[in-house]
Amino acid sequence: MNKTIKQALWVLIAILGAGAVGGIALNRGESINAMWFITAALCVYAIAYRFYSAWIATKVLLVDETRATPAERLDNGRDYVPTNRWIVFGHHFAAIAGPGPLIGPTLAAQFGYLPGTLWILIGAVLGGAVQDMVTLFLSTRRNGRSLGQMARDELGPIGGIAALIGTLAIMIILIAVLGLVVVNAMKHSPWATSTVVATIPIAVFIGLYMRNIRPGKVLEASLLGVVLLLLAVAGGGWIDHQPGLRAIFDHDGLPLAVGVIVYGFAAAILPVWMLLAPRDYLSTFMKLGTIMLLAVAIILLQPEVKMPALTQFTDGSGPIFGGALFPFVFITVACGAISGFHALIASGTTPKLLANERDIRMIGYGSMLLESFVAIMAMIAATVLDPGVFFAINSPAGVVGRDAATAVATINSWGFAVTVEQMENLARQMGETTLFARTGGAPSLAVGMASIFSSAFGQGMLAFWYHFAIMFEAVFILTTLDAGTRVGRFMLQDMLGNISPRLGETSWYPSVLFSSALVVAGWGYFLYIGVIDPNGGVNILWPLFGIANQMLAAIALCVGTAILIKSGRLKYAWVTGFPLLWLVVVTTTAAWQKIVSPDVRIGFFAAADDLSAKLAAGVLTPEQAKVAPQLIFNQHLDAWLTMFFIAVLWIVILDMLRVSFRNLSGKPVSSVTETPYVPTRLGKVQA
Amino acid sequence: MNLVHWGHLCWRFIRRLSGDDAYERYVAHYRDSHETMLNPPPMLTRREFYRWYQEDKWNGPNRCC
Repeated sequence: MNKTIKQALWVLIAILGAGAVGGIALNRGESINAMWFITAALCVYAIAYRFYSAWIATKVLLVDETRATPAERLDNGRDYVPTNRWIVFGHHFAAIAGPGPLIGPTLAAQFGYLPGTLWILIGAVLGGAVQDMVTLFLSTRRNGRSLGQMARDELGPIGGIAALIGTLAIMIILIAVLGLVVVNAMKHSPWATSTVVATIPIAVFIGLYMRNIRPGKVLEASLLGVVLLLLAVAGGGWIDHQPGLRAIFDHDGLPLAVGVIVYGFAAAILPVWMLLAPRDYLSTFMKLGTIMLLAVAIILLQPEVKMPALTQFTDGSGPIFGGALFPFVFITVACGAISGFHALIASGTTPKLLANERDIRMIGYGSMLLESFVAIMAMIAATVLDPGVFFAINSPAGVVGRDAATAVATINSWGFAVTVEQMENLARQMGETTLFARTGGAPSLAVGMASIFSSAFGQGMLAFWYHFAIMFEAVFILTTLDAGTRVGRFMLQDMLGNISPRLGETSWYPSVLFSSALVVAGWGYFLYIGVIDPNGGVNILWPLFGIANQMLAAIALCVGTAILIKSGRLKYAWVTGFPLLWLVVVTTTAAWQKIVSPDVRIGFFAAADDLSAKLAAGVLTPEQAKVAPQLIFNQHLDAWLTMFFIAVLWIVILDMLRVSFRNLSGKPVSSVTETPYVPTRLGKVQA
Repeated sequence: MNLVHWGHLCWRFIRRLSGDDAYERYVAHYRDSHETMLNPPPMLTRREFYRWYQEDKWNGPNRCC
């Protein structure tokens, strides 16, 4: 194409993007079409990818396409395999895209659509995608070493240990909050519960099929599994109408949480082929399929976003979680904009597949843009609901009141119209008895998705689509739960191995049982507390998860910044340094507020003191008084945990600054541990 | 002709992405890299290969939030 035409095209994209972002930001009308969001996102991504990521690749990282990658040098046909970049992209995206970018934006919608949307766009192009790409590059230059190993090599043992502890902590909190989301979606919903339960025998059957009946026939087994899952959704609807069967699956939060805990422990100690691997195949298919379906449906339907740009809850009085716009919108959106967890994927598995360094840009930067797009779609699905309905579904009973009339009155008093009949109607359409107080993001996202799907692909299937969406979310939340428990167990065994070598053996069964039990007890505790908490638990756990996740991202950016400085690229250190600085400000402010804020809905200590006072004064109902001591203890624990996170973060930052200053003032530091240059001899790798 | 070609490419892409062809790729790699060896390790059967493949796949963080 002619150079002038190309330039004109980019100018056009820039104008279109700026117009769309401006339109979203300035719109104060009744509603705004979702296509504005899609246009803004696509233009921002296109420009960021074409210019910023290319500049980072050539000027900052000095990506060298003549250099052989670890996959080429160490090719063993197993884990190190030079792979076509589209395949690596698929693997990498499937690995990084979890339930986080679906839940975070849904919760952040309580501030209105604007803050979350802007952060999903800006955070991804300047922060998240940069972090993923830089980490992928650094790990590729180090034979696919993990983030923890790189932190140890480049910063020192303290940085290494901090990264390891940070990873384990985020894993525990993440699993607990995801477990809570699933429990809240299944609570007193026989349809949802029976469908989710059915996914377990389906996974075991597919596991047996892939291992014994037709070894390695992954595709046919997965397709069979997907058909069975769809039948399970339909079957759940049938069970819901059988009075006898219905009762078996109709439960309170607590027994469901116990079920999730027992399941998590079983999944961690059973061989992977039985539950984990087949469930993962199914969830990957469901995930990619549903995301594509959602994108198609949104483009076909072009729904109107009804949430205002900003709500009054930017002041911190929001019903879903307490805390003002700054810093909590950043903590809440988390994975859709920047996720520390991605650094674990970008270091480790993916670098061992890269055929050429030039693919790093597309895989590292590009995958994160796609993830950010998923977050934008989740934001759309949450905000196409009437705001009153959105708040009715997501506000915990402890905030708006236990019965429907009180809840509706509270929400109306905020200025959002909703009626009891409207909610009853909606629940009936979705095949549920009630949709009130289903905090956690999954049910409101499912309602949003169901209304988009049924409008785009034919009315009358609302209940099916709702439970399809619940099943889809549950399947890959449970996959993350299984996988996370197992990874947590490996990490714990690795640490315990330093104390007693026997405990470090990943195949010694007593050690497997012991360390799995410890990990499950860790997240099981937080899940249990979340379930008994009348304010829904998400209020506490999601910010804690967000802080931990952003802390891990900051650690990854610390490693990247230190390496840029050590390798003489100080003038470009801002590329990772700037998002790092922002994350440090955000996480430290959020942690500070969670610890010292006198607002009982934000500060952990304030909440504990408030509850103690109420308990002592005897103003609690017997039911509340029974769980109060546990909630008080938990608030204290959460406060200490937050302090611990922030201490870990600052230790790594100070370590990074120490190494950088020593380096800049000419003192000796550990040398940059890049593998030596070997020229590539690999041609184009076929798909 | 073009359509057939694209369909074929698409199918290969899906098989590769899902790991459906992992054993075939292992065998091809084995043939390429072991023919010059004096005492090559025995080639895994399809069943043995998949046991290893699945264990290995789950031996580290491979799923995110």
